[in-house]
Amino acid sequence: MTTAAGSAVKMVGVNKWFSQFHVLRDINLDVGKGERIVICGPSGSGKSTLIRCINRLEDHQQGEIIVDGIPLTANLKNIDDVRREVGMVFQQFNLFPHLTVLENCTLAPIWVRKTPKAEAEENAIRFLTRVKIPEQALKYPGQLSGGQQQRVAIARALCMNPKIMLFDEPTSALDPEMIKEVLDVMVDLAEGGMTMLCVTHEMAFARQVADRVIFMDQGQIVEENEPNEFFKNPKSPRTKLFLEQILH
Amino acid sequence: MAREFVRTVDVPQRPPPARVANFWAVWRDRVAPSPLSAVATVVIALVVASTVWTVVDWAVIRAVWSAPDRTLCSEPGAGACWPFADARKLQWVYGLYPIDQRWRPNIVFTVGALSLAGLLIPKVPGKLWNGIFFFSVFPVLAVALLLGGFAGLSFVETTSWGGFLVTLIASFTSIVVSLPLGVALAIGRQSELPIVKLLCTIFIETVRGVPLVLVLFMAVNMLPLFLTPGTVPNKFAIVLVGVALFFSAYMAEVVRGGLQAMPKGQYEAANALGLHYWKLMTFIILPQALKIVIPSIVNTFIGVVQNTTLVLVVGIFDLLNMVNAGFNDATWASPQTGNTGYFSLAVIYWVICFAISRYSLYIERRLNVGHER
Repeated sequence: MTTAAGSAVKMVGVNKWFSQFHVLRDINLDVGKGERIVICGPSGSGKSTLIRCINRLEDHQQGEIIVDGIPLTANLKNIDDVRREVGMVFQQFNLFPHLTVLENCTLAPIWVRKTPKAEAEENAIRFLTRVKIPEQALKYPGQLSGGQQQRVAIARALCMNPKIMLFDEPTSALDPEMIKEVLDVMVDLAEGGMTMLCVTHEMAFARQVADRVIFMDQGQIVEENEPNEFFKNPKSPRTKLFLEQILH
Repeated sequence: MAREFVRTVDVPQRPPPARVANFWAVWRDRVAPSPLSAVATVVIALVVASTVWTVVDWAVIRAVWSAPDRTLCSEPGAGACWPFADARKLQWVYGLYPIDQRWRPNIVFTVGALSLAGLLIPKVPGKLWNGIFFFSVFPVLAVALLLGGFAGLSFVETTSWGGFLVTLIASFTSIVVSLPLGVALAIGRQSELPIVKLLCTIFIETVRGVPLVLVLFMAVNMLPLFLTPGTVPNKFAIVLVGVALFFSAYMAEVVRGGLQAMPKGQYEAANALGLHYWKLMTFIILPQALKIVIPSIVNTFIGVVQNTTLVLVVGIFDLLNMVNAGFNDATWASPQTGNTGYFSLAVIYWVICFAISRYSLYIERRLNVGHER
C-alpha cells in the first residue's frame, strides 16, 4: 500500500456504534494521495458512515482517523482543518435553495477561507465552467435539473480547493439520463489527480477510474482489490453474491 | 379498426382549449351546482346582506353626523354618534399629552412612518442605514423627545401619554424586541449546551404557562417589592418589558417550528464546507427557517398589536382605554356613544392588522420568486 508519499486518509482500528448497533467494525484503511477508491456494498453495510467519519459528520468511538496528517479527535480546530481540506458531495445534493448557484459556490470560500468576493466569484465561475454549467450561475438550485444540481454541488465543494473529495452515492437520486453528465465530471476530476473516495454502485465508473475497489458488508471491509481482479475474481462469497445481483 | 398505440406521425403541439369563463358557467359549476347548493347560496346571501344592511343602516343612514352635544344622539332610533368621535379624535391619538406639545408626538409619528415606509418598500435604497436608524437611533430619539425635560422641552410624564401613541409604542417595542429575542430563545432551546437549553426552555414554558394579564399585574404590583425601597419604577416601562418578554416566548416557539422544518442535509452540507455554528445559522438555517414561518410570525405580530389593549387592566391609557374613558363625558353620554367608540376602534384595529397581513403576503410572494421551478 502507498505510504511513501504519505497517506491522504488513514484509518486504524475504527469502531462506531449507533446506540447498540455496531455500524463500523475494526476498519483499517489507508488511502494514498491521488488515489481513487470506490466503496460498494449492500445497503446498511456502513459505507456512507465510513466516509462521513472522514470529515467528522459522524464521530467514531474507537480507533484513529488521520486525514492529510491531521488526527481527527474531538479537537474542534482539527475538525475545522480537516473540513477545509475535504470536500463532500451528497446523494441529495444539499444545495442551499435560498442562494443562487454562484452564492452557493462562494459562501464558504468567502466566510471560511476569507477569500475576497471578486476572487471567490472568479474561482466559482472557473469551477462551474469545469462542470459545464457556467450559464446557470445566477439561477436558484430549484430551477435546475437534478444532474445540474449535483454538478453545482461538485463545483461548490471544489471551490474550497479541497485535497480530498468524498462522494456519497452522488448519482443514486438522479434520473438515468442525468447520471452520465455527473459521472463525466467525476471522471474528469479523477483524471486531474484528485484523491477521491466514492460510495457508488456505478460499476462502469469503478472499472474506469478506481485504483481500488472496497467491498463492505455488515460494517466490515470484506474485500479490497484493484478493479479488474475485483470484478473478475471476487474472493469472498458475499462479494460474489453482491456482484451477481448487480451485474446481471 | 384496431386503435393505434404507437404514433407513426408526430402530433403537433396545440394551444389548450379556450377556458369557458362566462357568468352562467361559473354559476352552474361553482355557486349552484345542485338545488341544495342553490338554497344554501341564497340563504348565505340573505344573511350577509342583512348583516351588511344592519351595519350600513346604523353607521350611515340613521347616524348623526353633526351635533354640538348628546341631544341628537340620545333620540330614539338614532344610529352612530359620529360627532362624538369627531370631538374625541385628537384625544384618541395623543391621550392626555399636553395640547400645546402635540407637535412632539407628531414628529415621532412622521419620522417613524417615513423610516418604516423606507424599510417596507423594496425599491427605496439605504436599507442598512435606515434599518440601523429605525431600530436603534429612532427609539431613543422618540423616547427623549416624548419625555422631554431637557433643552427647554417641558417634561411630560409617561402617565400623560395615551391613546394611539401608547398603542403604537407598545406594539413597536414588543414586535422589535420579541422577534430577535424569540430567535435567540429558539436557537438556545435547540442548543447542545445543556445549561443554555435548560434556561431557554424554562423561560419559554414559564411565560407560555401564564396569562398576559397576570404578567402585567405581577409586573406592576410585585416587581416593586423586589426593588430597593424608595425606587419607583416607571409603570409604562415595566409594562412594555412585560409585554415584550411575553411575546418573545411565543415567537420563540414559532421560530423553533421553522428550525425543525429544516432538513438535516442543510446542516451537513454547511458543516462539510467548514461553516461554523454561527455562520451556519446566519447564512443557511435562519434565512430559510424564518421564511417558512412568516405566516406564523405575522400571526404573532397581529396578536401583539391586538393584545396591547390588555395594558388597560393596569391603568395605562392605550387606544382602547382612551376611547373607553371618553364615554364618561357628560356632554356625550348617550345610548349610542359606546357603540360609536367601539365601532371606530374595530375599524382602526382591523385596518392596521389587515395591512400587516397583506404586506406579509406580498413579502412571501417576493421571497418565493426564483425558488420555484
